[in-house]
Amino acid sequence: MSSTTQSIGAPSRRLVFSKANFRRRKIVNGIMLSLTGVLTVVALIPLFWIIAYVIYKGWQFISFAFFTQMPRPLGMVGGGIKPSIEGTIVLTTLACLFAIPPGILAAFFVAYKPNTPLGIAVRFGTDVLSGVPSIIIGIFGYALIVKPQGHYSALAGGVALAILMLPIIIRTTEEMVKLVPQNLREGSLALGSPEWKTALSVTFPAALNGIITGILLGIARASGETAPLLFTSLGSSNYSIERIVQVGLATHQNIFQIFLNIVEEPCDSLPLTLYKYSQMPYPELVSQAWAVALILMILVLAINILSRLWVQARVARMQGR
Amino acid sequence: MSKSSTKLINQRPPAPWLARTRQLLRYGDRPWNALTITMAVLTILLMLSIGVLLWIDSSESRAAFGWNFLTPTLNATWNPPASQFLAWPFIYGTLITSITALILAIPIALGIAMFLSELSPSWLRTPLGWLVELLAAIPSVVYGLWGIFIFLPLVVVPVGVFLEKTLGEVPGLGIFFIGPIPASGSSRLAAGLILAIMITPTIAAVTRDVLLAIPRSQREASLSLGATQWETIWKVLIPYGLSGILGAVILGLGRALGETMAVTMVIGNSIEGTPSLLRPGYTMSSVIANEFAEAFNSMHTNALVEIGLILFVMTLLFNIVARLLVWQVGRRTPQEARA
Repeated sequence: MSSTTQSIGAPSRRLVFSKANFRRRKIVNGIMLSLTGVLTVVALIPLFWIIAYVIYKGWQFISFAFFTQMPRPLGMVGGGIKPSIEGTIVLTTLACLFAIPPGILAAFFVAYKPNTPLGIAVRFGTDVLSGVPSIIIGIFGYALIVKPQGHYSALAGGVALAILMLPIIIRTTEEMVKLVPQNLREGSLALGSPEWKTALSVTFPAALNGIITGILLGIARASGETAPLLFTSLGSSNYSIERIVQVGLATHQNIFQIFLNIVEEPCDSLPLTLYKYSQMPYPELVSQAWAVALILMILVLAINILSRLWVQARVARMQGR
Repeated sequence: MSKSSTKLINQRPPAPWLARTRQLLRYGDRPWNALTITMAVLTILLMLSIGVLLWIDSSESRAAFGWNFLTPTLNATWNPPASQFLAWPFIYGTLITSITALILAIPIALGIAMFLSELSPSWLRTPLGWLVELLAAIPSVVYGLWGIFIFLPLVVVPVGVFLEKTLGEVPGLGIFFIGPIPASGSSRLAAGLILAIMITPTIAAVTRDVLLAIPRSQREASLSLGATQWETIWKVLIPYGLSGILGAVILGLGRALGETMAVTMVIGNSIEGTPSLLRPGYTMSSVIANEFAEAFNSMHTNALVEIGLILFVMTLLFNIVARLLVWQVGRRTPQEARA
């Protein structure tokens, strides 16, 4: 009884505004708040350290010849990374071919019917798919294509990269389609055009910039990945589109066959070459690895920054700021 | 006028195939819906088929080793010529490096998220957020290269020597800090540190979004009761968004478990008896990366696929739990009430 009265009438000593307590709380507040700022800076140190060092080491090796020459045999100075560049282009193109059309169509479905069981399942599925380790996707590509075919190929690598790109494309396309004002779509439907025509000729163009951004982000992710390529496209330092085309022309193959040959050979890619060179005991190759790292980083970071700027401008305009 | 009307009259009826196509296009919604639904179903089938293929391709190994394959054991056996495989050393390596990474990354990521959502002036918020996310965009091979030549000799080796002298003496805990750390720095500690750098942006970005999704009224109520800003963050916002933050942490853990290239390049790739952080190790993803393309026989391939299956199931479970937790916060908060 007395304790109750006390707590109502005269608050316990600890709750009274004591100056010391107040000062302690303010000090804790100041320390912890500045700590969050410090931690943010600490986390960004590796970013600048990596960028600065890769530029410093990689810059010395970049030249025109580095892009256009074939690699030299081990131990020899010089040579370029032409196969890796061609391989990266082939792999990324294949990945885009396999990932973009299904990704965009699936995203249209999810954007229009988000609360149906299938819509929820797809959104959940893409979230989960984006968390599957890339090495597992490599095994999947191996089991799906390399094993039945009996040989490593750029095709298998392209499929693996496409699976990596798919969730990114679906998520961004869905967001962008949802951003298109509803009355645009309703106007088109009210004029009597069917749903598919509305989707293709009204919604799709309106969302196109955002969709391209999603594709670019997907390309940035796919072009930097190594793990799924280790046992799908494997790597081959004498991959050359020029050679395949010449052999094809010499043996009178048609265009389709030549294209198949390009896709059916194992090929190198930039991250794969970086990984291989970094494991070699030759200083020459290690410094080439730094140069590859620089190219790769410029590619990935430029795509990321540009597409973010683009999306931001786009979102601001769509929300009618 | 007259010209166009004559044209209209004189127009012949379209060819039957054209008419049919037009009709089909007018009622094209069914094919269109079918197409989008098919693609949506395909993405889900893709998810499922990954699991199914891994399951089928590891059948030999599952039949031969059963549950012994993944139970903890002291004698590490990984002998391709003799077809003797036990996955425990790799599971242990994956777990210990991921946990090390989490312990280091959680406080840093929480700090970043708090700063970005609560303290940072609005002109700084977007560029800082981008910088943090760029950290996640750097390809993992570049992390690995930087790790081998810069981070390991300059940071990991001194830290390892220091840990060996201090924590290595503590009874009990010391078993994790038995040196000596290799001169190159390749060790589980190195992998843990690199992983910490790589998963910090993931955790920070999701936590920031969770904090930003908490209604303004929560902050205002707390501040108006006289709480300091730190008390508001720590005692109101963090408990409110706890399930979302937990989800963010688990997402980070999922990324750490599956990360391959950077870890393979810095962990040293050797099976050792000691559980020490300062010694080289091996993880599930790096053994697959190193041995899969040159597998000794089909049993070896099967065992590697089974390791992949375990990894897949682990990341799948973590991801599902994490997504459910993050979704929950979003659903509990009405859209209009968000800060």
